[in-house]
Amino acid sequence: MMWSWIPGNWSLIWQLTWENAKLGVLPALFGLVISLPLGIMAARWRWFSPPVLTVVTVLYAIPSLALFIALIPAFGLTDTTVVIALTVFALCVILPNVVAGLRAVPDPVRQAATAMGYGPLRRLVTVELPLAVPVIIAGLRVGVVSSISLASLGQLIGVSSLGYLFIDGLQRDFPTEIYIGLVLIIVLALVCDLILVGIRRALTPWQPRRERRGRAVLVRSVAA
Amino acid sequence: MSFFSWAWDWVTESANWHGSGSIPQQTLAHLGYSFLPLLIAALIAIPAGIAIGHTGRGALFVVNVANSWRAIPTLGLLTLLAVFLGFSVLTWLLPLVVLAIPPILVNAYEGVAGVEPDVKDAAKGMGMTPWQQVTRVEAPIALPLILVGLRTSAIFVVATATIAAYIGLGGLGRFIIDGLASNQYGPVAGGSLLVVVLAVLVLALFAGLSRLLVPAGLRAQAKLGRTE
Repeated sequence: MMWSWIPGNWSLIWQLTWENAKLGVLPALFGLVISLPLGIMAARWRWFSPPVLTVVTVLYAIPSLALFIALIPAFGLTDTTVVIALTVFALCVILPNVVAGLRAVPDPVRQAATAMGYGPLRRLVTVELPLAVPVIIAGLRVGVVSSISLASLGQLIGVSSLGYLFIDGLQRDFPTEIYIGLVLIIVLALVCDLILVGIRRALTPWQPRRERRGRAVLVRSVAA
Repeated sequence: MSFFSWAWDWVTESANWHGSGSIPQQTLAHLGYSFLPLLIAALIAIPAGIAIGHTGRGALFVVNVANSWRAIPTLGLLTLLAVFLGFSVLTWLLPLVVLAIPPILVNAYEGVAGVEPDVKDAAKGMGMTPWQQVTRVEAPIALPLILVGLRTSAIFVVATATIAAYIGLGGLGRFIIDGLASNQYGPVAGGSLLVVVLAVLVLALFAGLSRLLVPAGLRAQAKLGRTE
């Protein structure tokens, strides 16, 4: 480890970190935005969920690097290529959790809302979605952590990210760069993870602090 | 030209099917690079997951660490080991084992931890030893989830074994990395298509395995659960 390398390359490190954060966070957000309507439909209409979940399982099997490459003819060696490929990946992780979270809302709760005069839309927005928040965020956490880590692969097709430090470090036989890349990616992922935990706590104040309800469905998201 | 026409032209070119470094050879090498890490990860993570699920000890560790573990970039680990160890077996093996452990561990743990308390009590009440409880009751009930974990890891490993080519090894990644380096899109597209085909085959293989291995009673229950 050569600490003196860091001050001289501060702006490079900062720029790569920013690029990597962008390439990791945007796909998770896009994945969430696409997952919500699809997940709501799949939870609502029983016939809609098997085909959607099957498509998601197959898409999940497609390697990110292969998807980067498949998108090159359409989008070139750009950020867009990486963001779209990782969005597909994030979608596959988040969508099953949206469905599972909404399905896990207990029937008596739904009936109570209806009895209080809530229409379907109001019930969805004010009762069902808030109750599904922990499970949805569990999926989002997996999505964001994975895509931050996977974004480094974008460097293989020349899209700038912290992966640059790995490749440059290997070519120059200079482990310092690789250490820095590894540490920054892990720190970046953990920071995003913590932010999501904070958001979940803010959105679900009724839950006890040491709460692990998202846990069981985390597995299903891993499984998807 | 689109991805598929590039990939198709390259895959159907008969010259790519013969000689050293041909498609069949690299596919076999790729399967080799994938199988060994998966096996090692399974040997570590399945017993560990079952033990943690059964005893409840270390559960917090699994829940908290599994997600952060995914943050470790395989490419970073691979290049780091390449700098220190050169092209040894560990250089490609270790990153892939690290990649494969979390899904297997989490699913094995959740599968066993999620067994109904009534079922566990019944097993105990019948006079089963703890070993029998685990091997005859808890593990079989957890089997569908254990298979899901193995499937996820297998797909990850098949997808990621591609980057072993980055440090000069064989496998389907050879076509991708060499093609990228020489600006030839044909082998890049063809290699990627073959990786996708392998990954989908792995998916199908596990669908078949779960039909074969999961006890009929559990499958019937899962069906009931779905229609309730």
